[in-house]
Amino acid sequence: MTAYPFALVAALVTLVVMADLLRRRRLREKYAVLWLALGAGVLVVSLIPGWLFWTADLLGFQAPVNLVFLAAAAVLLIVSVQLSAEISTLEDQTRTLAEEVGVLRLRVESLEATTDTRPDRLGG
Amino acid sequence: MVTPLADHQPASLAPVPELDRVLVVIPAWNEEATVASVIGEVHAALPGAHVLVVNDGSTDATVAVARRAGADVVDLPFNLGVGGAMRTGFRWAQVIGATVVVQVDADGQHDPGEVHRLLAPLERADSPADIVIGARFAERGQYTVRGPRRWAMVVLARTLSRVAATRLTDTTSGFRASGPRAIALFARHYPAEYLGDTVESLVIASRAGCRVEQVAVAMRPRLGGTPSHSPVKAAVYLARAFLALLVALSRPASRSPQVPETRTAP
Repeated sequence: MTAYPFALVAALVTLVVMADLLRRRRLREKYAVLWLALGAGVLVVSLIPGWLFWTADLLGFQAPVNLVFLAAAAVLLIVSVQLSAEISTLEDQTRTLAEEVGVLRLRVESLEATTDTRPDRLGG
Repeated sequence: MVTPLADHQPASLAPVPELDRVLVVIPAWNEEATVASVIGEVHAALPGAHVLVVNDGSTDATVAVARRAGADVVDLPFNLGVGGAMRTGFRWAQVIGATVVVQVDADGQHDPGEVHRLLAPLERADSPADIVIGARFAERGQYTVRGPRRWAMVVLARTLSRVAATRLTDTTSGFRASGPRAIALFARHYPAEYLGDTVESLVIASRAGCRVEQVAVAMRPRLGGTPSHSPVKAAVYLARAFLALLVALSRPASRSPQVPETRTAP
């Protein structure tokens, strides 16, 4: 029965690291919530293993550990899909910004050319 | 007046648009070898038209060469692909108040001398087009493609013909002209994905009620670079083309932008 103390420690470490990342603003809440919930879940299971056996039995798992594996795979899948969606949004925003920067640069250049106000001529 | 046949209207009879309202957009990615001659040809063929080169993150001298050749240059900070470069062009058209945007490739494949053929349907008094595609397979020129790539193009063309309710034979051609309604739409929604700039943009435009037409143009061989003919690449092209099409068709239509004169789709 060393797996449960190990899970307990892992869950506690996860929770502490998440809390610290949040505190130092390295991680935004919307991403941290999931990991915090997961850490809390593992914590509960490692403290009260009976719940895991009961749920696994209820769902018809031969070995309770399979339920853990399935849950882990599902969580990782959801997280990667969510991250892909977030990246797509970011790429879209980056693209719009790049286009806007290009257009603004040309506008500035034309303005400078017509009004003779290049910054290096302001005596700076 | 002779009744003009759809595709065979002589350019000399078509009303000539005021060229200072025309913006020629040339997306360029490492095209220093050819971009200057393309700009020169555009200036010669369309005197008074605005020429914008959108430098799509080139690492060569494209920007300097294009400036020297007398084009305005939008210098994108990094490579966005043709879709990003073109949306920048449509936004620039709105900045300067151009009412026609013509896309011409920087590799010399599109003959600027043919642009007037694209402009004619946009300026037609009776139900003008919103987008005119310069089609490579229709009767003129000797452009040929074989194998899976050709089949993909045919199926794409048939599907998009149905979506656009008009006969299109070359939907992946980048040689095209857009009128005010299409500009307003594309300045906001222009796909960035591979093949999205040609295939998906037609779906977006048709769904928004734009009238799409094609005219036959002769294509020239590229001045630089070589087209790929490997079967693997052709298969990948095919798969991506259909993915792009399926995704585009499954999307809800974007609302037609507010432009003064409204037309009904055919």
